Amino acid sequence: MVESKPSSTVEASLTALAVSLRGVTKVYDNGVMALGPLDLAVRKGEFISLLGPSGCGKSTALRLIAGLSAASSGTVRVSRQEGEEQPGHGIGFVFQEPTLMPWTSVRENVRLPLKLGGIAKAEGRARADAALASVGLADFADAFPRELSGGMKMRVSLARALVTDPDILLMDEPFAALDEITRFRLNNDLLVLWRSLGKTVIFVTHSVFESVYLSQRVVVMTGRPGRIQADIRIETVEPRGEEFRTSAAYSDYCRRVSAALAPSYQGQSVL
Amino acid sequence: MSTQASVAVKPSGLQRAVRFVLPFMVFVAGLAVWELVVRVREIPPYVLPAPSVIFLTLIRDWVVLAESLATTLLTTLEGFAAASIGGIALALLFNQSKWVEYSLFPYAVVLQVTPVIAIAPLLLIYLEQQTAVVVCAFIVAFFPVLSNTTLGLNSVDRNLAGLFQLYGASPQQTLRFLKLPAALPYILGGLRIAGGLSLIGAVVAEIAAGTAGAGSGLAYRIAESGYRLNIPRMFAALLLLSLAGIVIYGVLALISHLVLRRWHESALGKEN
Repeated sequence: MVESKPSSTVEASLTALAVSLRGVTKVYDNGVMALGPLDLAVRKGEFISLLGPSGCGKSTALRLIAGLSAASSGTVRVSRQEGEEQPGHGIGFVFQEPTLMPWTSVRENVRLPLKLGGIAKAEGRARADAALASVGLADFADAFPRELSGGMKMRVSLARALVTDPDILLMDEPFAALDEITRFRLNNDLLVLWRSLGKTVIFVTHSVFESVYLSQRVVVMTGRPGRIQADIRIETVEPRGEEFRTSAAYSDYCRRVSAALAPSYQGQSVL
Repeated sequence: MSTQASVAVKPSGLQRAVRFVLPFMVFVAGLAVWELVVRVREIPPYVLPAPSVIFLTLIRDWVVLAESLATTLLTTLEGFAAASIGGIALALLFNQSKWVEYSLFPYAVVLQVTPVIAIAPLLLIYLEQQTAVVVCAFIVAFFPVLSNTTLGLNSVDRNLAGLFQLYGASPQQTLRFLKLPAALPYILGGLRIAGGLSLIGAVVAEIAAGTAGAGSGLAYRIAESGYRLNIPRMFAALLLLSLAGIVIYGVLALISHLVLRRWHESALGKEN
């Protein structure tokens, strides 16, 4: 179950991979080694979590996959749909903050990726409304972001990431700033969306409980420079729901993931 | 402050009224004292005119003063327009190229810190009078627009910029849909400062020009009335200048509020 490197069987079925990182490192301009070397293979339709202490390069890894920054060495491969030209269309990104444009309506925020892609206004609006409906915010299309609660803003952010119908959804600690009840609800909604849409999700979090609850695979990372410490598969009866959150299997997985995470915090001051 | 706010849950309308009534009462009281002192001590108008005399002068000389007011306002408007367009355009240019910014920014600062009253006589030698006056208004007013717009363009949310990058936005799209809207509150703040400053620039240049030849702005009227010891008209012209400044500020503040009221913190009421 616990493996430090992707097995060769995964390598063989390269075509079924949504994302693959091979020997990827990231060195910042100031010489700090932030990441790697990192090897990671994510199958199409898989839901994986990257879990690790803050500053371990989880977000950096996500930005590399999204193409928002370039790897210092190694290769980052992201599968694209047939005839895919524009970068980004195959990828949806949800940031830690909602990252909405405060000066325009929720609908226009969600339509942004389509507008930038040159899709006609009428079609864009229809697709934005559909995306908003899928996250349960159909009635708030004309509201401004400041009129929404933190959880609703995060839903808008999710709708915006989904509006281009991407194959891969990258989520960078999206629910970290929310209260627990809102986070649980969004966790459930995300799982429902994932099951119905069949997208590949790479979910960065620092919460053991969230990672175990959501993902099929929890990839535990070490402290800086971030490397893979453990790769734990979470197997349970699907679809998951609230009963999984309170099950013995769940707490067992949480204990194992915590144990795998513990070395990453060794030698670190609590403060 | 906090206790006041908690007490004033209900009578916010009353509080608002008080905020207008109190300064107005101070104004009326000040005028009354002024009028009384002038009358009781029989101060001649060429030393200190009473408010009533100033008011009468304003009405009597209205034709002359209104013409001057129009001239000054036109100059101010031209200077303001030049400063707004120039300041925003220059900031956009700086934002596109660091090289341009490094090359030109020090000169923008030099123009800003050199007192315009010292530049005005030189400008009057090389430029036509009306042009020189507008250029003065521009020099005084453009820097806040430039620096505020630059600040705004640099204050774009990093993640939003990443999002635009992710979806392959062109530089034009990024400018139009991200940078300019994000900079808008800063730009409007700069314009609000520039409005008052362009009036000051116009007045300074008019005073400098007035001594050199024929001018008909309000500042020229003040200088001219000073030479003729027509003190009431000086006060009347000053009153008009002051009112013009207040109106300019008010209009710009209103525009800023209307544009930002739906989304920006600065334009939202404290209750929200």
